[in-house]
Formats: sequence, structure tokens, C-alpha cells
Amino acid sequence: MKFGVVRFPGSNCDFDTVHALRDVLKRKTVILWHKDHDLQGVDCVVLPGGFAYGDYLRAGAIARFSPLMQEVQAFARDGGRVLGICNGFQILLELGLLPGAMLRNKDLKFLCQHVHIRVENERTDFTRALRKGQVLRIPIAHFDGNYYAPPRVLRELERNRQVVFRYCDAEGRLTEAANVNGSMANIAGIRNKDGNVVGLMPHPERASERILGSVDGRAIFESLILSLERSGPARRPAARTRARHDR
Amino acid sequence: MRVRILVSFKDSVLDPQGQTVKNALHTMGYDAVKDVRQGKVFEIDLAGATKKEAERLVPEIARRVLANPIIEKFEWDFLKGE
Repeated sequence: MKFGVVRFPGSNCDFDTVHALRDVLKRKTVILWHKDHDLQGVDCVVLPGGFAYGDYLRAGAIARFSPLMQEVQAFARDGGRVLGICNGFQILLELGLLPGAMLRNKDLKFLCQHVHIRVENERTDFTRALRKGQVLRIPIAHFDGNYYAPPRVLRELERNRQVVFRYCDAEGRLTEAANVNGSMANIAGIRNKDGNVVGLMPHPERASERILGSVDGRAIFESLILSLERSGPARRPAARTRARHDR
Repeated sequence: MRVRILVSFKDSVLDPQGQTVKNALHTMGYDAVKDVRQGKVFEIDLAGATKKEAERLVPEIARRVLANPIIEKFEWDFLKGE
């Protein structure tokens, strides 16, 4: 299978993400330039962290108008797998591929630290190598990670099991202190209704090798590989795939 | 013709920056300050647009780009004296 990592002016985790996918997980990985119109036949699009367009206006607000993002939108609509990490998550929110919005962190500080997140939904193409309730230790690095959604949207997220990860303490408890950025319902990552688009604030690519202090993030990429290599090409309705492995 | 657009958080959304400014003002003794909301101001030059066109374009631009309707609201007006 083939990964595509999108590069915007201001992306700064693109090389780390390519390294994790290409050198650690040994999968073909290409960099996709945001001005292009060609997804180069990738099976999964990864939007990496950084500060696309300097985060001017709002994080992700300008990046969503890039030519390539129109292709990514169509790819996602056709069931293609899209993973947004940190700034990539913010772009997916601005694009409307995921519901909600990001506010400044509750203490108005840029947070760069390891956090714990709990796997809330293990039945997704992005988490199938993980167990429900499993606690991962993965770093965050963001200013705008305070997840917000109107009450109606939040209820819908919970009802459809769209919350994939929540901030927790080392024992997996959802405490106020562990919710470092102030996100609603401790939300660290969500998926869309069809399950083919996921965004999360923590950086799995920064936790993919022992030398980096944690390998917990690797399971997210491994899940994608498991899902896509087992079930063939990405371009088919995601709902069907979900039904298959949700059984 | 020029317009000024003000984008700010909806009343239902917490504005931590506004809160911080409010707290600072209280510390300085400005007890009369009851609340502070922080926002962004955009001044847009719509050269060549008629008033009617501006009335159609400005809300569209504000909704699609300048404000995130999930968390923000906007108001706008023509800039006078030109």
C-alpha cells in the first residue's frame, strides 16, 4: 500500500511522518504538494502537523482552500482513508470533513509534552491494532487543541461512537487535570460518521520508535496498514468495510 | 467602497483571551469592567462593487472564510467618510 503525506507551506512534521511510514513501517510513502491536483494513487492521505500558512486567520483556515485539498475532499467522500494529525486535524475541521472546531488551549499556552490518551473506539480502520480502553503515551505540541462542538453535535458524536481517543491519566481515568487543553469531553481524536476520516491532536509519528521514548503511536499506522492491505484498495464505500469488521 | 467586519466568539463559546484581559483590568482597579470579549477586525476594500453587491459579498466572505460559524459570529458595516 502507498501513503501520501501532504505538504503545505508551514508544515513541519511532514518529514517525521514520512520517516515513520517509510523507514519504520516500511511502506511506500510519497509527499504530496498542496498546489498539485494529483493524489498519485495513494491508499491513505496523511495531513501532518505544523503551521500551514502560518496558522493565519485560524489554524487550518487557509490550507483548506488548497487545490490538493479539493482532491482530498473527493477522495474522502469516496471512502478513502484520511488521517489528520494536529494541524492536519485542524484542517479537517475547517474543511468540514470532521465536525467541531478548535479553540485556544484553556490556559492560553502552547503545550509541548507527552500526554496519555485512551482508546475509546477500537473498531475503526485507524485503531484496529489496539484494544478498547488501552492507554497510549504520545506527545502533543499545539496552541489550538481545545476541542469544541455545539451540544447537539457532541451528543451525536457520542451516540455514533465517533470519539476515538480521550485525554486521560496514566491509569486511563478521564480527569480534569489530564485534559490539558480543556477539550470538551476530554476529546483528543474523532472520526467521521463513515469511519474513513480520523483526526487527532497527539503526534503518533513522534512516538513510533523506542529512541523517541514511546512506540505507542505506531499502532495507529499499523492499524491503517492492517485495514488497507487486508481489504484492498481504499476507493470504495467505507461503510461496507466497517460493516465487515464490526461484526 | 470599504467595509469593516468584526468577528468575535459566539456568546455560547468561552473566550479565554477576553477573560484574561478582564482579569488584568480588575487587577488594575477597573472595577466597572463587567466583561470583555476579544475579536478580530477586517477592513476590506471592495473597489468597483456597488452597495448592493457589497451587501451580498460581505456576508458570504465572512461566513466562508473570515469567521468559523461553529464558534464565531460577525457583524459588518460600510466605512464612512470616503
